[in-house]
Amino acid sequence: MYSFDYERPSGVNDAAASLGEDDKVLAGGQTLLPTLKLRLAQAGKLVDLSGIDELKGISSNGSELSIGAMTRHVDVADSAEVRSAIPALADLASHIGDAQVRNRGTIGGSVANNDPAADYPSALVALGATVHTNKRSISAEDFFVDLFETALEEDEIITKISFPVPESAAYAKFPNPASRYALVGVFVAKTSGGVRVAVTGAGPCVFRQSDMEAALSSDFSSSAISGISTDASGLNSDIHASAEYRANLVSVMAGRAVDAAS
Amino acid sequence: MTTVTMTVNGKNVSADVAPNTLLVDFIRNNLRLTGTHVGCDTSQCGACTVHVDGDSIKSCTMLAVQAEGADVTTIEGLAANGDLHPMQASFKENHGLQCGFCTPGMIMSAVDLVKRHPNPSEETIRSELEGNICRCTGYHNIVKSVKAASEKMGG
Ligand SMILES: Cc1cc2nc3c(=O)[nH]c(=O)nc-3n(C[C@H](O)[C@H](O)[C@H](O)COP(=O)(O)OP(=O)(O)OC[C@H]3O[C@@H](n4cnc5c(N)ncnc54)[C@H](O)[C@@H]3O)c2cc1C
Ligand code: FES
Ligand code: FES
Repeated sequence: MYSFDYERPSGVNDAAASLGEDDKVLAGGQTLLPTLKLRLAQAGKLVDLSGIDELKGISSNGSELSIGAMTRHVDVADSAEVRSAIPALADLASHIGDAQVRNRGTIGGSVANNDPAADYPSALVALGATVHTNKRSISAEDFFVDLFETALEEDEIITKISFPVPESAAYAKFPNPASRYALVGVFVAKTSGGVRVAVTGAGPCVFRQSDMEAALSSDFSSSAISGISTDASGLNSDIHASAEYRANLVSVMAGRAVDAAS
Repeated sequence: MTTVTMTVNGKNVSADVAPNTLLVDFIRNNLRLTGTHVGCDTSQCGACTVHVDGDSIKSCTMLAVQAEGADVTTIEGLAANGDLHPMQASFKENHGLQCGFCTPGMIMSAVDLVKRHPNPSEETIRSELEGNICRCTGYHNIVKSVKAASEKMGG
């Protein structure tokens, strides 16, 4: 690792104020530290958010579930509040990486990073979540822009994510057997505004499968989407799977998610 | 340089470190506790697993400064008064190791696993140990060791 300075402020405003152009926010460090170690990134200063209490914790009022940016994957997975409001979200968190990663990694870090194979982006988009920052609120669909790219500005810090509680939802992931990241993951949510289907792992960025959404909105069953395919052009192709294989997995995982949510 | 202070295996320790010092390097180089191993250094193998405030974490993927004020336990801190921890004894009895390189990390993960899942099924043991890689044993005897230890640990 290149050398850097380190700060642990106790408030969001202090953290934002101390973020210079070359500086980076540090959450669980499960993506940022490996990247710094490989010298794929460099920082003048790391601003550690772990001392900021207002970024932690989970609350729910029946129609909305709110999760602080510094809430760890293990805390989402084990939360009685998440399990009762949106069990699919707790289930998703319980399958991120491995136990040690879940004990450090946070929802804010995962969302800010927007890895094409990360799990959370699919949940945010399918559930119609809102990303709250120290400056504004951004809908999930506007937030995830492209490969590792989000709507966040340089000195913007995610404070929490709020999720409208759906009628039912489920996440089905085909994990890469080595990394546990999603080769393809599909999050299906049945909401008062219709059915939403979000796909991660398959393309450069999370996307909605609108043909499946239309079919499921009139008939919420896996047979309703069994004939619907996903265009492989533009999907990821790598040593793990071809674009065509991923396109097929979208159908398989979507079917499993619908069965689990029915 | 920054001064870090934490509790490691019950002892208060303090040192001046560069902010980019990894917790595992602090443990191995500053404290000379070399039971915690570095297998990959890329956050995958779990050989570096220690407990921070009771949770298993990869100490190659945490900075020493992030452990400021924390309570850290390494493999050296498990035995009490010269008696092996039940998890250590169980790995020994059930041939849960061959070369032993992954073993400190396996045991630290396994202790946390049994704390979180007092009577774990084989499936739970296997999925909770996903962050620990062993190149020798084929895992069967590791799973057996964890199962046997969980019974002794009052699961
Ligand atoms: C072995 C391994 C397996 C993994 N498997 C999976 C998996 O299966 N699925 C999955 O989804 N992920 C997986 N991950 C990634 C893991 O979920 C990370 O925890 C997550 O991507 C990043 O979260 P973090 O809290 O560690 O953030 P960090 O690594 O600290 O930060 C990541 C990035 O986000 C920025 N950031 C962090 N917090 C904020 C904030 N509040 N506001 C603005 N910017 C912020 C940082 O500056 C940095 O650029 C895996 C990681 C490892 C090491
Ligand atoms: S050395 Fe830390 S995970 Fe391999
Ligand atoms: S016993 Fe050799 S790596 Fe596990």
